Amino acid sequence: MPASLVQGDSLLAVDVGAATTRAVLFDVVEGEYRFLAAGSAPSTAEAPFKDVIEGVRDAITSLQLVAGRNLLDGNRRLITPSQSDGSGVDAFVSTLSAGPALKTVVVGLLSDVSLASARRLAETTYARIIDSISLTDHRKPDQQIDALLRLRPDMVIITGGADGGASRSIHKTLEPVGLAGYLLAPEKRPAVLFAGNQKQDDEVKELLGGVTSELHFSPNVRPSLDTEDIEPAARELASLVIGVRRRQLNGVDVLQTWSGGHVLPTAYAEGRMLHFLGQVYGGTKGGILGVDLGASAAVIAAGFKDKTVVGVYPQFGLGENLPALLQYTQLEDILRWSPLDISTGTLRDYLYQKSLYPSSIPATKEDQTIAQAVSRQALYLAMQTARRDFPLSARPPKAGLLPLFEPILAGGGALGDAPTPGQSLLLLLDAIQPVGVTTIILDRNNLLPLLGAAAACNSLLPVQVLDSGAFQSLGSVVSVIASASYGKLVLRARLTYDNGTEARADVKYGSLELMPLAAGQSAKLTLQPQRGADVGFGPGRGGTLAVSGGAMGVVIDGRGRPLALPDDPVRRRELIQKWLLTIGG
Amino acid sequence: MLAPVHHILPLTTIVRERLLPFKGRVIARLNQKVSSTDIVAEATWAREHVLLDVARILNLTADAADKLIRCKVGDRVSAGAVIASGRGLLSKTVKVPKEGRVTAAGGGQVLLEAGESRMELRAGISGNVVQIIPDRGVVIQTSGALIQGVWGNGRVDTGVMINLAEKPDTVLTAKRLDVSFRGSVIIAAQIRDAETLQASADLPVRGLILASLYPSLLPMAREMRFPILLTDGFGSMPMNSAAYKLIATNAKHEATLNAEVYDRYSGARPEVIIPLPVSSEPAPPRDVESFAAGQAVRMRRPPMTGTIGSIVALRSGLTTLPSGLRAVCAEIKFENGEQALVPLVNLEVVG
Repeated sequence: MPASLVQGDSLLAVDVGAATTRAVLFDVVEGEYRFLAAGSAPSTAEAPFKDVIEGVRDAITSLQLVAGRNLLDGNRRLITPSQSDGSGVDAFVSTLSAGPALKTVVVGLLSDVSLASARRLAETTYARIIDSISLTDHRKPDQQIDALLRLRPDMVIITGGADGGASRSIHKTLEPVGLAGYLLAPEKRPAVLFAGNQKQDDEVKELLGGVTSELHFSPNVRPSLDTEDIEPAARELASLVIGVRRRQLNGVDVLQTWSGGHVLPTAYAEGRMLHFLGQVYGGTKGGILGVDLGASAAVIAAGFKDKTVVGVYPQFGLGENLPALLQYTQLEDILRWSPLDISTGTLRDYLYQKSLYPSSIPATKEDQTIAQAVSRQALYLAMQTARRDFPLSARPPKAGLLPLFEPILAGGGALGDAPTPGQSLLLLLDAIQPVGVTTIILDRNNLLPLLGAAAACNSLLPVQVLDSGAFQSLGSVVSVIASASYGKLVLRARLTYDNGTEARADVKYGSLELMPLAAGQSAKLTLQPQRGADVGFGPGRGGTLAVSGGAMGVVIDGRGRPLALPDDPVRRRELIQKWLLTIGG
Repeated sequence: MLAPVHHILPLTTIVRERLLPFKGRVIARLNQKVSSTDIVAEATWAREHVLLDVARILNLTADAADKLIRCKVGDRVSAGAVIASGRGLLSKTVKVPKEGRVTAAGGGQVLLEAGESRMELRAGISGNVVQIIPDRGVVIQTSGALIQGVWGNGRVDTGVMINLAEKPDTVLTAKRLDVSFRGSVIIAAQIRDAETLQASADLPVRGLILASLYPSLLPMAREMRFPILLTDGFGSMPMNSAAYKLIATNAKHEATLNAEVYDRYSGARPEVIIPLPVSSEPAPPRDVESFAAGQAVRMRRPPMTGTIGSIVALRSGLTTLPSGLRAVCAEIKFENGEQALVPLVNLEVVG
């Protein structure tokens, strides 16, 4: 019997987000780990509270009410281990995404080699790249020093040099970092990660050891010119980020103590779960996709058989960074998703106003419409950015589209808190634009990163909880790759239920079709795409496959890929209204 | 549930830290009475650095170059001064390109700080110095009215407030600004064009207190050399009634407009401080409250963004909103008599 079952450890997991703190309780029920209950409260990293622990305690208090179990004592301290009266927990883990995006300087040798790797490494966490230094930088060293002093980065990521390769060039890029660190007051010095030529670790230690707030070393992200290995460095970067947060945010120290050091950046923990799932379930053609859209960032994690890609994009977060979204998109591109006629001025005001109050929520229908249009565009942009780093082995069925993903897991406030499952599903279909047949699963309680954090102290728990139905299946989705005129037949579908009865659908281009199949049920789906249309078997090729049900049953998206919305605004809004009505929005 | 508080207070005790961004010299003394424009601390800082790679210029190893370097950390060197020269008849010399101070020397290199600038830190508010923070600044205490804003352009100044907003939604135009307003802090609910901002700068005024501003005007507002503070938000929102009443009734008083950039982590917020005489020290503001019936609250989001209402009742459990979302809500009565259910996360207590 697995050790963890013998011990029967209960586990409390807390995610401290920019807007909301969530507490989740796992325990053994009938011999297996289960998700028992969740509670949430507004996060308190910001003023006037300035201490994440207040929000954590409030979230645990909210959880206590649901679970009917005391987890905090009279002084609001965590009761651990669990007591004979049922109070307390045996283990605690935490994930953290609260805090401003970390101002990051990336340092490398060549801009399209080591510097590109440094950028990709920075994108695995809540970083905002504010400058880069490389051999192709035209500035003099003293100008680079002045830039570093002016920008005052929170962290510096240094890459460069193949293992065992030349060292003089790296020395040249280290100098400005070291001298700037020397000139800065000790409390303002950046944390530094060196992920370059491992032979130079001692030299780096000597040059930067006394002039950084903390100095970390990881295996080389570019051990050779044509090899990139981000994962080990991402692990070290996660540790560095928590170190920076400990200095920036009160209460992170307490989380570290409660968890015995098991605090991880939320995106890293989510990536770890996707890595695990990708290895177990990832196919040869595609992988598993996790998306999380929250106030601090949009996070895309894709687990493939041979690689996991994690992209953290604070610029697409729905909180204080919202006005910066306009650096990446036009107001009109956001409004194309709206079923209501909303002016660009109203939208612009919304983006600025929402940035003042990230934890506020839409109360009116119009506000909700704008919020969802913004969410769609932010997630769409995040997906487009992340797919650049997908491995070549994950080839999409058609150029410009995504590879096949099965399943797609979605979490974060904007997705998990949508009023209806249909609205969540339509938002995901519009923004991600999956292809072929996939299952879409909603992580309403943001369990995925917490399971990733829990895996470090209990490897059995995530596996059993994933199998326990703690996530909400929105349904099986068939996305037709086709380009046709609206109303033209693109697919014939037949769903054969276990009892032998059948449902049929003729799917026309531009439409969404729903075939009922309740959660927990399965059926056989026979697909016959019309000439030129592809549902993942190849153009015009059909097939039969087993599908499982969900909140929306089986959904056939006949709107084509890439999704092309009508240019005429009236026609476009009518169509979006129709899709919303179809899907129960 | 704990509630954030938006301060609009007619009389309170205000305590503010004024700190240099780096080490310097504190000029003010403990218990000194200061006016807002008094300098309380000063510091010098280098605008730029110059790195002289002596070893490379002299074509020597770092150790060999170190032996030839004639300056040490802390030395002041003038432009053209020789700080190292090689050996031999035709040896090269290393000269300082700009006047500066040596901040580091070693490894065959010399780092200078040049272009020294002096920074003066002003009190920002009139009051008493109640604490000295060595090498960094002071803590100043005063009594008066406090009105917090939601956006500021990072400037601070003091002047007499002139009310040009007859109503909370009055739009100020360039035509309205004449030379008699020079040196004043102007209360104007809205400005909708760049021309009016430019006219304010041309006078110049000492500050602008606005309810809202179009986001398209923010880049220009950031460039203005006088403080601009928004009490309510972006677009064309009127000034909330509590702020409007308090500011308007204190027109012709001197006020400090600290349009500090809103930093949600440090708690720094733009604010208007109107020092007022008091016989005894009023209560300081409370930063956190618990939501309760009867409290005055401000809407952070539609419906009625920015407006003031009062909590009629707190609903237990989750309530479904017109948006379809479910949240813990309060029943709010607005000043126009209308009522609405508003999620608690969209409210802040006014007080």
